[in-house]
Amino acid sequence: MGRVFPALAVAVMIGPVLAGLWGAALPAFGHLPSAGFQGPSLIGLQRLIEWRGVVEASVLSVTTGVSATLGSLCIVVLIVSGWSGTMVFTWLQRVLSPLLSVPHAAAAFGLAFLVAPSGWLLRPAALFLGWERPPDMLVVGDPLGLTMTAGLIAKEVPFLLLMTLAALPQADSQKSNLIVQSLGYGRVTGWLKSVFPRVYAQIRLPVYVVLAYSMSVVDVAMILGPTTPPTLSVQIVEWMGSPNLSNRLTAGAGAIWQLVLVLAALLVWRAVERLCACLGRKWAGEGQRDVGDAPARAMGFGFLIFTSGAVLLGLAVVGLWSIAGFWRFPAMVPDTLTLGIWARHSDDLAATVADTFVVAGIAVAIAMILTVGCLETEYRRRRPMTPAAVWLLYAPLLVPQTAFLPGLQTLLLSFGADTGRAPVVFAHLVFVLPYVFLSLGDPWRAWDTRYATTAAAMGASSTRVLVFVRFPMLVRPLLTAIAIGLAVSVGQYLPTLLIGGGRVATLTTEAVALASGGDRRAIGVFAVAQTLAALFPFALALAVPALVFANRRGMHV
Amino acid sequence: MRSFLPIVLSLAPLSALAETALLDWDSILEEAEGQTVYWHAWGGSTATNDFITWLGDKVEDEYGVTLEHVKLTDTADAVTRVLSEKQAGKDDEGAVDLIWINGANFASMKEAGLLFGPWSEGIPNADLVADDEIVASDFGTAVDGLESPWAKAQFVFMYDSADAEPLQSMDALHDWAAENPGRFTFPQPPDFLGTTFLKQALVSLVESPSVLQEPVDQHDFEAVTAPLWAYLDSLQPNLWREGQTYPASGPAQFQLVSDEEIDIAPTLSPSEASTAIANFQLPDSVRTFVPEGGTIGNASFVAIPFNSGSKAGAMVVANAILSPEVQLRQQDPDVLGYGTVLDMDKLSADQAQAFDELELGIATLGPAELGPVLPEPHSSWSAAVEEAWIERYGAD
Repeated sequence: MGRVFPALAVAVMIGPVLAGLWGAALPAFGHLPSAGFQGPSLIGLQRLIEWRGVVEASVLSVTTGVSATLGSLCIVVLIVSGWSGTMVFTWLQRVLSPLLSVPHAAAAFGLAFLVAPSGWLLRPAALFLGWERPPDMLVVGDPLGLTMTAGLIAKEVPFLLLMTLAALPQADSQKSNLIVQSLGYGRVTGWLKSVFPRVYAQIRLPVYVVLAYSMSVVDVAMILGPTTPPTLSVQIVEWMGSPNLSNRLTAGAGAIWQLVLVLAALLVWRAVERLCACLGRKWAGEGQRDVGDAPARAMGFGFLIFTSGAVLLGLAVVGLWSIAGFWRFPAMVPDTLTLGIWARHSDDLAATVADTFVVAGIAVAIAMILTVGCLETEYRRRRPMTPAAVWLLYAPLLVPQTAFLPGLQTLLLSFGADTGRAPVVFAHLVFVLPYVFLSLGDPWRAWDTRYATTAAAMGASSTRVLVFVRFPMLVRPLLTAIAIGLAVSVGQYLPTLLIGGGRVATLTTEAVALASGGDRRAIGVFAVAQTLAALFPFALALAVPALVFANRRGMHV
Repeated sequence: MRSFLPIVLSLAPLSALAETALLDWDSILEEAEGQTVYWHAWGGSTATNDFITWLGDKVEDEYGVTLEHVKLTDTADAVTRVLSEKQAGKDDEGAVDLIWINGANFASMKEAGLLFGPWSEGIPNADLVADDEIVASDFGTAVDGLESPWAKAQFVFMYDSADAEPLQSMDALHDWAAENPGRFTFPQPPDFLGTTFLKQALVSLVESPSVLQEPVDQHDFEAVTAPLWAYLDSLQPNLWREGQTYPASGPAQFQLVSDEEIDIAPTLSPSEASTAIANFQLPDSVRTFVPEGGTIGNASFVAIPFNSGSKAGAMVVANAILSPEVQLRQQDPDVLGYGTVLDMDKLSADQAQAFDELELGIATLGPAELGPVLPEPHSSWSAAVEEAWIERYGAD
């Protein structure tokens, strides 16, 4: 089979991105024959520049994206440097892992319910002070996008944290910690000076992914972001959906501009990295032992509890809305509880759950076959992945979704592959495959190959070794990779919406569609279902190995 | 459908009446059986979604047509979809079979030749439809048999009677907002209801409303709309959140009323508030009012794209929507509360009586209290006002 798997994997991931960018570039340069525009021309770009909100929307995209990335990175650094190796840290890890799979949209709904002036956080104050009306304050949808940034941080911290944890062993963090602490350095200062440079090199790509994602996110921005004007990505989606056909030229130009912004931000980020490295070396050489370690530790812990607590509490309130009867400001709980809302949506929900899992299941199955194929090929050919290959893996995650999905939709249409679930499955695969690969890669390579040697010595073929020795021993990471893949697929909004043409309704598209109607009860039902759909596979990934290995002591965690 | 309709279509010249009589309903019913109709309809309202589910069960039972509701956040998404398909040369088996549509989206699809038809005057229940200006002309664009009516709507304001009183005019609304800053808002244009609020204000503020019935390019837009912008400039600081953000849609305002964030909000369906009260979405102190002089009204329709693969099924659904049973159910405020498009005089005595006996709900105004229905401005005004609003307030 040789190079079939790597080639296929690259084609599946990169093909749609390149095709989509091409599909955006054509209208961006005025070529849209079906709407009567023959390019090349600068009409699209000109309209983009003439749009009054262009500066503000672009600035918003950059500020929210950069502050979300910086914020989540800082929290992760403070937490890992200040707390790794402690009991608290082990406990945090347990609590945070499920948060990773909570879909962005569900987390955003939860946050919106909490922080609105009439939301849950202010209600105790309202009750206490006897307010009959909530204060008229702009919290959700504030012009600076602060609420939206907070929502992004809450969701990106678990992702970066898990990526950092995976990188710690390679950075030899425990030994370094011991040495610097014995030299009298504080926990945080010592970690920053010794471990962080090595860890950062490992998590650089995930950080870039967070930056690219946060700058171009659509669903979170629609729920928490400003509207006058919205962020650039939301505006692109609005132009795509406008009945005025010529707006597609503006959308194409916007898509290319979004890509330019993200690439520029990545370059600037890279430059700042180098600057920080320079300053950091100097700082490390100066030898201060303790630069406000105690407050830094406390701050990290506080921020983490605050952001994750907000997501968890928000989800709880979302759940409460899904069974709420009449519930008016400023009551803390509904007057009555009812299962009527769930009953009312049950038919709808069942069909949507089925669609969600058909799409996710097929996408993840393909992703697993390709991933295992690639990793096994790599192992048998004894040729580890080159840095270039790692970049390819991250490429689809670094290109903003709003830059290539609209173009991809137009291109798919021209192949006639526009309806049904198949195109949606392939659009999801673009995002599912990298995550599955990243999740399975390290445990796969870390597997002790002496087992294979022993099995081969006993006459087993390589395929037999793979199926009967490696798979059973790696059942935990295999199931985790599947769970991550399913969670990624369940959370996809834009690919489902644009490529599915509305015919494929997943829990996420339904929940975001309901968001425009503002019916919190219905949103609650779908957001809870969406969260459960993403969490359930993780529960299985934990439970199945525990059951299977009940009598295999060496396989216990 | 392959065998039959294209022939009708190729025969059909643009003006319709004679040709639509060609619709052979029995063969359409036969074609329709077993077809799946993807109905693209805005999915933000639970009441509407439930109604469409109910309708789907009904057409499945009675005609063997499977109805799939594709829930849109914006009707324009479906228009874009059909357009993309046309661009890509996909002239058959498109993704959209039926669209809930009116106004600018209809005008845009009609102009771009994206609609199938004429057909709507040829379906059996079209005979029951009231002979009404707002059913024949959709925002000043002639319907020409390209869409079939569903429901009538009239602009009203809902208010929480615990906090506010009915107001007599748009100026009274302005003054009330000044005294009660932050307690009034409207959905952000280009949301349909938001744009309708702008038009309602325009109709009551311009010196001679008749110019609004003609295409906008025949008039000086700036001069005609100057009173509107003066009104809005002065209203803006007293809006909810000082107009820095707006609710996403009509139903999103329910939550704001329920959360005590606002007291007055516009709505396009005189009985929507009653329906929302029944669903716990609004407090039962909410009532509705219309300013003196009446408010603008319109109808919503269903249309079939040119490349639908289930045109027969879509027509069967459109016909079912016009049946007295379905129209009666949709007018029931406990279900949907959308005004019927049927003419009571064309129904049987029993049917008419059933409509007469319908409880309209505590927050619904009767026909007499609703006052005169003012015609929608020509759809070109709608687009121009919407664009100008976005330019002025949408990017600040």
